[in-house]
Amino acid sequence: MADEVILKLLVVDDEAGMRMGIRRALRGFQTETDDTGMMVKLSVDEAESGEQAIEVIQSSPPDIVLLDHRMGGITGIDVLNWMEKHSPDVIAIMITAYASLENAISATKKGAFDFLPKPFTPAELKVAVRQAVKHVLALREARDLAEEKKRVRFQFISVLAHELKAPLGAIEGYLYLLQDGTALKNPETLTRVVERSLIRLQGMRKLIFDLLDLTRIESGEKKRELAPVDIAAAAVTSRETMLPDAVARGITITLDSPEELFMTGDRGEIEIILNNLISNAVKYNRDNGKVTVKLSESPDEVMMTVSDTGIGMSEEERERLFGEFVRIKNDKTRNILGSGLGLNIVKRIAALYNGSVSVESTPDVGSTFSVVLKKQLEQVEQPKVP
Amino acid sequence: MKEHLTILLVDDDQDFIEQMRYMLETAGHKVYSAPGREKAMEALEGLKPDIAVIDLMMDRNDDGFVLAYRIKKMYPEVPVIMVTAVTSETGIDFGSSSDTGGWMRADALLQKPVRFEQLDATMRRLLNG
Repeated sequence: MADEVILKLLVVDDEAGMRMGIRRALRGFQTETDDTGMMVKLSVDEAESGEQAIEVIQSSPPDIVLLDHRMGGITGIDVLNWMEKHSPDVIAIMITAYASLENAISATKKGAFDFLPKPFTPAELKVAVRQAVKHVLALREARDLAEEKKRVRFQFISVLAHELKAPLGAIEGYLYLLQDGTALKNPETLTRVVERSLIRLQGMRKLIFDLLDLTRIESGEKKRELAPVDIAAAAVTSRETMLPDAVARGITITLDSPEELFMTGDRGEIEIILNNLISNAVKYNRDNGKVTVKLSESPDEVMMTVSDTGIGMSEEERERLFGEFVRIKNDKTRNILGSGLGLNIVKRIAALYNGSVSVESTPDVGSTFSVVLKKQLEQVEQPKVP
Repeated sequence: MKEHLTILLVDDDQDFIEQMRYMLETAGHKVYSAPGREKAMEALEGLKPDIAVIDLMMDRNDDGFVLAYRIKKMYPEVPVIMVTAVTSETGIDFGSSSDTGGWMRADALLQKPVRFEQLDATMRRLLNG
């Protein structure tokens, strides 16, 4: 069953007959939203004067007010003035027996959403109310979206702050050891302190660079330079970049690729994908392990596959892998540094090429990451901000 | 306070463990370390430390709390010092005992990075008090 929402409507008129007529016309009113298929119903309340209307709006704010223009005491325009200051979210439909352009202009200037000239038919009333309902729901949706964005942003920044504070704290701790003096007397300790501080600084730098990549992709502000890119050449460069870390641990990186493999893309983005995948394959490998980078193509797609002989991961770990700041933490990964953003970035870039990222993995055997990208970009989707 | 204490140190940050271990061992204490809650619980089966120093956020954000609770249940008299770098993010004023006393089973809370003098003073206060 579709979701149901009940909006509150307040009828403000000093004529009891008019209030009753409106109530009768709206009895059983329901309308379905276009996009979500949600059923909207009304709960109707009444006020017989402007003064009473203000009391009701204060004590139990309605979503929509059907407001008579001319009443004894406070007029409809006075109520509208009050609403503009105190309840700007409430939608007003002005009802007036003096349907003149002047009245309409003054009411809409005061913030009335619509106006309804007397006499009106039940059908006219329903059309006006239906429009107002749509407007209320659109405002709600915009508000919910803004709240959600704020919440996601806060969460992201909190995690980011923690990720940046951890290496800062570690380095600061090592500096305190040096300041204390005892660590300086032992060359072995001193070397260790410097070595670990440098590693944490590099990790922090990587995090900042990844963060910049991510922000650029998300904002869509980075100028994408789309041109023919030879991904075979990009893979050669990427392999060379990662080679020192691999050689230090006896890991070989093999490139299985045609001599040239062209697609239309932004060279920087293709490099980010290859660098992230190859760097992960080295980091999460065992000593003396192997990394294989395989490039292939079909008529309209290119495929990059990076396999390692590393620690692998469980199914549960694989499911979480592409989120933000996700780092698989276990005994095997404890000493491996990473920003937790790399694969999230790869996934976002792949989406820019109508592509996909997938992973196959077996614990203690290894993982294979595959990225498939469209060669041509006629139907590239714009990046979406979460 | 005994001159040579047995201290359980739990943190998933390898560097924090190394630094604390260096400082505490230099001061003559015996340090047992664990990189997370599960390993700490394993260690506690055969070990009753004089004091425990544990990180708040490890693999799971509440690992420190849970571990502190378990330690207090096993050994109510063993003081637990909680260490964290996340004070500002949580919005909780860890410094005020009225704020944490009710629900957190820790006897003291220190902010990272921890200075040895600070840790030493806290341990002395808890063990002599």
